[in-house]
Amino acid sequence: MFELLGIPPQALFGQLLLGLINGSFYALLSLGLAVIFGLLNIINFSHGAQYMMGAFVAWMLMTYAGINYWWALLLVPIIVGASGVVIERLMISRLYHLDHLYGLLLTFGLALIIQGLFRNRFGVSGLPYAIPAELTGAQNLGFMFLPNYRGWVVVASVVVCFGTWFAIERTRLGACLRAATENPTLVGAFGINVPRMITLTYGFGVGLAAFAGVLAAPIYSVNPNMGADLIIVVFAVVVIGGMGSILGAIVTGFGLGIVEGLTKVFYPEGSAVVIFVIMALVLLVKPAGLFGRTA
Amino acid sequence: MSEAMAMTEPATAPFLSVRDLEGWYDESHVLHGVDFDVNAGEVVTLLGRNGAGKTTTLRAIMGTLAKRRGSVRFNGRELIDLPPRAIARAGIAFCPEERGIFSSLSVEENLMLPPTVSQGGLSREDVLAMFPNLKERLSSQGTKLSGGEQQMLAIARILRTGAKFLLLDEPTEGLAPVIVQQIGRTLSELKSRGFTIVLVEQNFRFAASIADRHYVVEQGRVIDMIPNEELEANIGKLHAYLGV
Repeated sequence: MFELLGIPPQALFGQLLLGLINGSFYALLSLGLAVIFGLLNIINFSHGAQYMMGAFVAWMLMTYAGINYWWALLLVPIIVGASGVVIERLMISRLYHLDHLYGLLLTFGLALIIQGLFRNRFGVSGLPYAIPAELTGAQNLGFMFLPNYRGWVVVASVVVCFGTWFAIERTRLGACLRAATENPTLVGAFGINVPRMITLTYGFGVGLAAFAGVLAAPIYSVNPNMGADLIIVVFAVVVIGGMGSILGAIVTGFGLGIVEGLTKVFYPEGSAVVIFVIMALVLLVKPAGLFGRTA
Repeated sequence: MSEAMAMTEPATAPFLSVRDLEGWYDESHVLHGVDFDVNAGEVVTLLGRNGAGKTTTLRAIMGTLAKRRGSVRFNGRELIDLPPRAIARAGIAFCPEERGIFSSLSVEENLMLPPTVSQGGLSREDVLAMFPNLKERLSSQGTKLSGGEQQMLAIARILRTGAKFLLLDEPTEGLAPVIVQQIGRTLSELKSRGFTIVLVEQNFRFAASIADRHYVVEQGRVIDMIPNEELEANIGKLHAYLGV
């Protein structure tokens, strides 16, 4: 068996796959944050809690109603997205005339409340969620074993990310969204209902987080803190990619997942901080982020 | 002024009737009771010095001025309490002074952005025939166009919507004379197609070439109305109003 810089290929590809899986979640979550930030101009600090809600709602549907993984993948983003619509209508929409900081504080407070409620009800030990029968097992790729479910996570994330990118960058609805991001007043003066678009956009961004939560449920244990652990890294990804950049969020999400995986192979001690080191460097050299537009 | 208005008052109700329109930017009171009428098929200008309240009047009609009061009746309907999107849906289209071309949209996307509000708008082909320059640039980024092309795009995109009443804020500002002429020809063609136009304009020679009547705005009020055919006779008075 060949070796690369003294690293056995099984270890290298294993870590690359792990990196790609983490990157799938970074990309989905930072994409939702970017979509929300673009139009609402708020940093949605409850994003991690909404990702966790996605995993829990999938678990509840399975445990209390016998609804399987595939239906959960469809239903959970709608259910959790609808909770986002309610939050936007009742609370966030009252803050648009204030400084962005208030939106951040509100969503941060909501995140703490949501996590507290779930901790109180379910504890922190974590709940199991089985891999759907269709995706158990693994493929032998010759140089490594690829667990089917992990392969599916990467494929599902890529498809959803690029579907979202396409909808925003290449369709008429997306054009309305981009225009409203630039000049909501004028878009309203053309007869387009901008407040409704903002509400639905928030719901969609939250739905993306919930979708990531369902994908995560069979891999990571379903745990009230699962979002809080992940979201800090995701914020770093968003800063590196550039606030509000759709393509930036996707590419940076996958890219940093891989970088993190490679760091685990070549310099394991640095793997926990490598993303933050990159963030610091990017902020020094290109403060708007790698894909950010400087005004 | 009331005499002049009475002379031109038509038998039917005006298309747009603005009465005692007041408006504020935050705490500063900018419009102090604007009154004027626009009849269907007319081109009417608002003339006045910088800061007189012409742009603010358009924004108050369109509803994009947050704090406003008074009456704006359009096609028999009161608009003063409606949000901008409902005013657009009522059939008023707006072309802002800064043109408002979206940089993250292509020329084509900019053109197709405003939704149809009623039947009878120009087709995409009609619009492109009217503005042939845009045809070759459809896939360019909106803000990569020249100033004149951006102005044409800003006018072109509101012609598709079916709105027959256009508010145009200084469409000739900062443009080369040849482009100004082109826009003048376009506005004349729109008038012949039955569009009603309210034009804010600094360049009153341009205004005189296409308008039916001119309202003079000063300190947030309409202080005079001059029919276009009497413009020459009133040129001294107008110079005094505009301070030229």
